[in-house]
Amino acid sequence: MIVLLAKRFGGMVLTMLTVSILLFLLFETNIESVATKVLGPYSSDEQRQIWLEKEGYFRPLYIRYFEWLGNVVTGDFGESVRFKVPVGDVMWDRLANTAILGAAAMAVIIPLSLLLGVLAGMREASKLDRTISVLSIATTSVPEFASAVLLSAIFVFWLGILPGTSSMTGGFNLVELILPALVLILYDFGYVTRMTRASMAEVMTTGYIRTAILKGLPYRTVILKHALRNALIAPFTVIMLQFNWLLSGVIVVEFFFAYKGFGALLLEAALNQDIYLVEACAMVAVFVAVATQTIGDVGYTYLNPRIRFN
Amino acid sequence: MSNGQSGAGKPLLECNDLCISYFTRAGEIPAVKDFSLQLYPGESVGIVGESGCGKSTVAMAIMNYMGANGGIVGGSIVFDGRDMASLSPEELRQLRGGDIAMVYQEPMAALNPSLTIGKQLMEVPMFHENISATEAAARAKQMLADVNLPDPDRVMAAYPHQISGGQQQRVVISMALLSHPKLLLLDEPTTALDVTVEAGIVELIGEISAKFGTSMLYISHNMGLIKDTCDRVCVMYSGEVVEEGPIDTVFNAMSHPYTRGLFGAIPLPSADKRSHPLVAIRGQLPLPHERPRGCNFGPRCDFFDAGRCDAGDIPIVDGAHAMQRVRCVRWQEIDWASHRPDVTVRPEEPAGEEVLAVDEMRKYYTVHDRSIKAMLSGHSVRHVKANESITFNARKQETVAIVGESGCGKSTFAKVLTGLETATDGKIDFDGVDISHVPVHNRTPKQLGSLQMVFQNPNDTLNPSHTIGAQIGRVIKKFGVETEPAKIQQRVMQLLDAVKLPRDFMWRRPRQLSGGQKQRVGIARAFAGNPSMVIADEPVSALDVSVQAAVTDLLMDLQRENKTTLLFISHDLSVVRYLADRIVVMYLGQIMERGTTEQVFAPPYHPYTEALLSAVPIADTSVTKKRILLEGNLPSVLNPPTGCPFETRCPRKVGRICEEERPPVIEISAEHRIACHIPLEELAKAEPVIQVGKAAE
Repeated sequence: MIVLLAKRFGGMVLTMLTVSILLFLLFETNIESVATKVLGPYSSDEQRQIWLEKEGYFRPLYIRYFEWLGNVVTGDFGESVRFKVPVGDVMWDRLANTAILGAAAMAVIIPLSLLLGVLAGMREASKLDRTISVLSIATTSVPEFASAVLLSAIFVFWLGILPGTSSMTGGFNLVELILPALVLILYDFGYVTRMTRASMAEVMTTGYIRTAILKGLPYRTVILKHALRNALIAPFTVIMLQFNWLLSGVIVVEFFFAYKGFGALLLEAALNQDIYLVEACAMVAVFVAVATQTIGDVGYTYLNPRIRFN
Repeated sequence: MSNGQSGAGKPLLECNDLCISYFTRAGEIPAVKDFSLQLYPGESVGIVGESGCGKSTVAMAIMNYMGANGGIVGGSIVFDGRDMASLSPEELRQLRGGDIAMVYQEPMAALNPSLTIGKQLMEVPMFHENISATEAAARAKQMLADVNLPDPDRVMAAYPHQISGGQQQRVVISMALLSHPKLLLLDEPTTALDVTVEAGIVELIGEISAKFGTSMLYISHNMGLIKDTCDRVCVMYSGEVVEEGPIDTVFNAMSHPYTRGLFGAIPLPSADKRSHPLVAIRGQLPLPHERPRGCNFGPRCDFFDAGRCDAGDIPIVDGAHAMQRVRCVRWQEIDWASHRPDVTVRPEEPAGEEVLAVDEMRKYYTVHDRSIKAMLSGHSVRHVKANESITFNARKQETVAIVGESGCGKSTFAKVLTGLETATDGKIDFDGVDISHVPVHNRTPKQLGSLQMVFQNPNDTLNPSHTIGAQIGRVIKKFGVETEPAKIQQRVMQLLDAVKLPRDFMWRRPRQLSGGQKQRVGIARAFAGNPSMVIADEPVSALDVSVQAAVTDLLMDLQRENKTTLLFISHDLSVVRYLADRIVVMYLGQIMERGTTEQVFAPPYHPYTEALLSAVPIADTSVTKKRILLEGNLPSVLNPPTGCPFETRCPRKVGRICEEERPPVIEISAEHRIACHIPLEELAKAEPVIQVGKAAE
């Protein structure tokens, strides 16, 4: 188990390093363009040369890379061109906001979809199964922007009980979190539900479930002890993938509700050619992706002893 | 085998005129009709039949587990005085696993992969007898010891995939026995296992009924196994019991044409491909919704009497012997003594010149071990010795069988021959050319066409989206036999004629064919290029017994007509004995013994051959067998014994020499070789394993 953890962790570090090299080469090989981005298109050639000299850009690429890498590891991403403050100051706040939104959504999505998926898959083709399946397909097929408009129309303009923007200007406000979280939940829970249902339905047809039933175990025990654990292996991986999506794939929702999140930040940074901010956001996004996959792998091995002991 | 006193006391299980149907979109499909059975305490009854005859459905009905679309539509099941239909869900739960337990066909699938074996075993007494976990663990451990599993503590902590198939089945059996059931249902419990492992399980099943007095319902398609385990037998065909009675009666004085046909179609020791060939049952099993009116066996029966056999439902009536019952209107009229089934006696034909000569062929697979430990010790590259020093030859028109259990390297050998793999070392001369290092894509069309293969599972080998004609035609074109479309078509029709399929099958797709028909197409495909040699890898083991004989027959006829060499790969010694001229016995990639069929089946034996012969169930009550049970599991191919590969399980191990040195090859005669450390004089003293004609045990 320790060997496995070490291997996975090693793989994770290696992936991060590869991505960092690619990222660095992509953004900072052409130093002229870096200077233009930082100093703006109207800066003079002389200004750029002075800036590059000052920032040590005339040193060999690999020395600059290692310096940059050391800074990134210690959390120093440079200064944001647009906000004129260290990148970290802007980014960590935004990341925290997205984490709150993601956590709120996930706190509902995971239990809800696992429960519905298991209930549906437990007795395939039953009325409950059909109801849940139709519901989950229907909700998943509505894109985020559409459900955002729809929910706003109902709760903001018609009922008037929820705020239409979630900019959180007056500090953290739970009420402002409801609508964006709800849109995410509506869009995503159906997908995870369907994955869980398929996995559960498959498990229910296996020989070992028949064995468990014909052993005379109560149905509850059959489901909870024999079916669930095997049925959760596939949805577990799917859930882990949802974290990536929540980090950077929810730009639409963040923009719609003016929520100051990470996805929106990444988009702004890209539009403004805020080079250091883009680099930092990319590194963080990759880190989250790799980390969730590593957790997914380790958890998968835990759930599936056939992999654990080989 | 138990000494259950049939007829004494009250039956434990009674099925009265049981009818079971499945309800599908196509309507009601009757799976079992008019099934009656009395099972007395301590008795073992076998249900034998081919796939789709409803035998497993009966077992599932007794457990009241028929899925959402199955149901009992008539009759009743009474267990221990209680009508199963009247049980509440809670009573049913208590009954399942408590009073009636079941052993399944696939032990790996029957065990939960993500729970330890200990947990799965302990559940049974915990839920049925409300005992504590510690007590349940102690009981489970005791039961594992009772089913002869070594090291119960280790097994308790293991996950199912960590133990071998035979051990898994022992675990499933111990799980079934944990709450001391009165009735044990065994649904093909050894079909997925190797024959030497099967022998151990059969032995165990016998011990159980003696030790615990459990009644058993043993479901199998294998007559030999039923003979070894049961007191009485029900023969099912197409949803109905066609004949039932005590083993001796049904095996020696069978009255139903189907039972008679079955015994004629299985290769018993008395069968011989030349003088006493198998008699195939013509036709094929009817699908459940296409059963004929009257007798289901009617269309395949030689004694069919229009007007009587197809008049209406045939009742089951008492037969000539005690407890014998037959479902046939003509059973008293049929004169079996003068019945001479239409068989072709084949004259012996001498084998021709040498076609294949394999000389010291080796096939190693390289396995890279990427663990840190292996890298440090410098053993990161290991070899799987799939084939080690294979030497033998085959002559024109001869049938050479390669026999061995799973993992013995027989399929690897076929791959090297066909060029799917290339040999690591050694020579394979085929038609005078060394093909050991010529991969399949470098072989000429002529070479490809002259060395073809018939595969085990006909369902997987035909492309589902092409017609039969197109698939055979393509091969004809590829091998360069014919090039003009008209001639190709003509050749396709010739081949269909040769494998006795109607010509209009050309336009059909594989899904419209039965298993036996598909295998015929597979054989036609293999013979398309006028091959000088055909490799048949378990060609009939996926087929039903009554179809097997017909396909075997066909293979032999084609072989004779084309003067083809047949390399027959099989684990089934009964078929091999019937079919082969010479036999090569393999174990763990090495040849243990080779010789003519008579030589291999008679002493002197290699100890492994001896054990194999002893393990094969034979459906003949006049046969006595010497009992040799092998201990332990097949060693890992990654870490085979350094000396004799069979050393770890050999009941006749000499001593250290077996562990340290490769056995010498003893030349007994020009054809007969045995690789063993035991001197020939010792080996020659062995008695024949199979003896025909002596009184049954």
